[in-house]
Amino acid sequence: MIQKFLYLEWKAFFRSASFATNLALKILMGFVAVYFILIFLAVGVGAFYILKKMNLDPIVTVNQFMIYYVLMDLIIRLLLQKIPVMNIRPMLIFPIKKSTIVHFSLGKTVLSFFNLVHAFFLIPFCVVLIIEGYDVLSVVLWYTAIFSLLFINNFLNILLSNKDNLFAIFLAIAAVLGGLHYYGLFNITEITAPFFNAIFNTYWAFAIPVLALIALYYVTFQYFKKNLYLDAGLSNKHDVAKTEELTWLNQFGTIGTFLKNDIKLIKRNKRSKTTVGLSVMFLFYGFLFFTNSIEAYNNPVMHIFAGIFVSGGFLITFGQFVPSWDSAYYQLMMTQNIPYKGYLSSKWWLMVIATIVTTTIASFYLYFGIHVYLTIVVGAIYNIGVNSHLVLLGGAYTKTPIDLSSGKGAFGDKKAFNVKTMLISIPQLGLPVLLYWFGSKFGNPNIGLALVAGVGIIGFAFKEKAFSVIEKIYKSEKYATIAAYKQKG
Amino acid sequence: MIQVNNLSKTYNGTTVLKIDNLEIKKGESFGLVGNNGAGKTTFFSLLLDLIQPSTGNIVNNDIQVNTSENWKPFTASFLDESFLIGYLTPEEYFYFIGDLRGQNKADVDALLATHEEFFNGEILKNKKYLRDLSKGNQKKVGIIATLIGNPEVIILDEPFANLDPTTQFRLKKIIKDLADNPEVTVLVSSHDLLHTVEVSDRIVALHKGEVVKDIQTSEETLKELELFFAV
Repeated sequence: MIQKFLYLEWKAFFRSASFATNLALKILMGFVAVYFILIFLAVGVGAFYILKKMNLDPIVTVNQFMIYYVLMDLIIRLLLQKIPVMNIRPMLIFPIKKSTIVHFSLGKTVLSFFNLVHAFFLIPFCVVLIIEGYDVLSVVLWYTAIFSLLFINNFLNILLSNKDNLFAIFLAIAAVLGGLHYYGLFNITEITAPFFNAIFNTYWAFAIPVLALIALYYVTFQYFKKNLYLDAGLSNKHDVAKTEELTWLNQFGTIGTFLKNDIKLIKRNKRSKTTVGLSVMFLFYGFLFFTNSIEAYNNPVMHIFAGIFVSGGFLITFGQFVPSWDSAYYQLMMTQNIPYKGYLSSKWWLMVIATIVTTTIASFYLYFGIHVYLTIVVGAIYNIGVNSHLVLLGGAYTKTPIDLSSGKGAFGDKKAFNVKTMLISIPQLGLPVLLYWFGSKFGNPNIGLALVAGVGIIGFAFKEKAFSVIEKIYKSEKYATIAAYKQKG
Repeated sequence: MIQVNNLSKTYNGTTVLKIDNLEIKKGESFGLVGNNGAGKTTFFSLLLDLIQPSTGNIVNNDIQVNTSENWKPFTASFLDESFLIGYLTPEEYFYFIGDLRGQNKADVDALLATHEEFFNGEILKNKKYLRDLSKGNQKKVGIIATLIGNPEVIILDEPFANLDPTTQFRLKKIIKDLADNPEVTVLVSSHDLLHTVEVSDRIVALHKGEVVKDIQTSEETLKELELFFAV
């Protein structure tokens, strides 16, 4: 039976829409994958020696911070790892034992990327430990215990899926613990480190997570088996809908009509909510630059780069998929009496409002000095003036239908990749960096900022022109776009 | 009202639709029947400029649909669920369409009130998004949405499919009422010969993309059609 299941999985994998891309892209993605694997390997191997160089005991340090590692893993899973329950539906009516179905679907999650990725860090780290003369049995038991903890996360995520906002709660817990730790008020690692150390130093403590994992698997198994009904565990969750009129937007005419729709779109769909979450993360991206924690980022030219990202998170993540957000009902839009201009304006206003809000929130960067915040404000001006048009222009060529109900794909869609969009995205980041470099080289950093802001304002002045160009592209691409949106991934 | 000239649509060398000449008069109630793949949806998609014709064109009220967009204000259509916005409630959807067709909330509410019976209490104020409604209820929403803003041309693809018997009965009445209005041209496609004969005063049968029958509905029409399709 398992054989038949594996056969289906194989087909599902190789016939999925993401595999239907062209060869060049596959090769490129292969390189990217290899690159990330190498980085993880390097971190795994290097961690030991780096910690040693810092006069820290590697295993003790890793054990100390392991609680954060495990917590972050759970948070990322809650946010991203999806539980494949839907494929189970057709199996229910066939002569297959329910327990087989459940064992298989649970077993399948074990092979998920979210589990495998840890091996790239943990295995090299353990190999180095053994090479460096640590007790082999201890290392193996430690490895088993840590992996059990990660698998506990895996099954916790399955049990906790379908519960909204848990991700935010866990993130808050992690943030609070981290904050208390940083300010020396309360150190969670003092409580947990002895446990992780015990796993390494004794031959019995590893059994705790292993037994916990077995127990949790049993609970998950029973829970799933009991809920293997269309109206229980396999049901689609229906939200309680509330009609919202948002009448205050009526004063904006056609733009208001579309804005109303866009606000509902963002509020009520998983994919768009993930995108908003992602753009919030962009807001904190600047810390990497302005805290000078990463050497390569520690130069003023890179700072303008950060300015663009911090203020433009939403603009970049949302804007690049206009009009794909409306892909599910694009045929309706094309048969209605819709002025493209009103449609585009509403998306543009949405991005502008989001950019202004983000820039206001980003005022906490004032902590790093007025110049840093000024960089962000200039980034915002450039985003509003130039990038807002560029993402809409790029979007006109993006023909990837969006599945609003799935959070996946928010981190860049493989199919959304095409040469035109790539070319259009170069000036989004390249031009301001170049302008700033030019200004600061031949004058001072403030002239650099002024140059970037100036180009932003010029771009803003050409808004009407830009819109009419984009409108033309929309019209000429209409049939191809409709055809593309009809193909569901 | 609608004039088809030398229209054809070809995919990779296969002609899926070929209509040399077809005129649909203003106020006519036009029924399109045919088997799967006969070209019904292709014809409607061409009429709505959702796909490009390989040759020829369609003129809707003196406006050639693939060169101008001015047919949109007076044409309403519902082809399938992809015409619905899943994350809206039915009310929000109706108001959205109303906004696009220049109807205020009161206009839309008045129209909805007249179709309360058709909704059968399952649509309005039900705390459900469109994506969570059953297929039949989704269809009800789509059909009524086409009536917003008094369009002159109404296009419905397979409106009877997925509807329960009572609703089919009520839908027939709605279409007949529309057909009685000399200002409104209704185009309906269906697999169901009986329904189509009941609501249309003219029936065109498509077979492999070509018009094979074009009859003014009479007593004998159903028999004639049944004979043709019973192979």
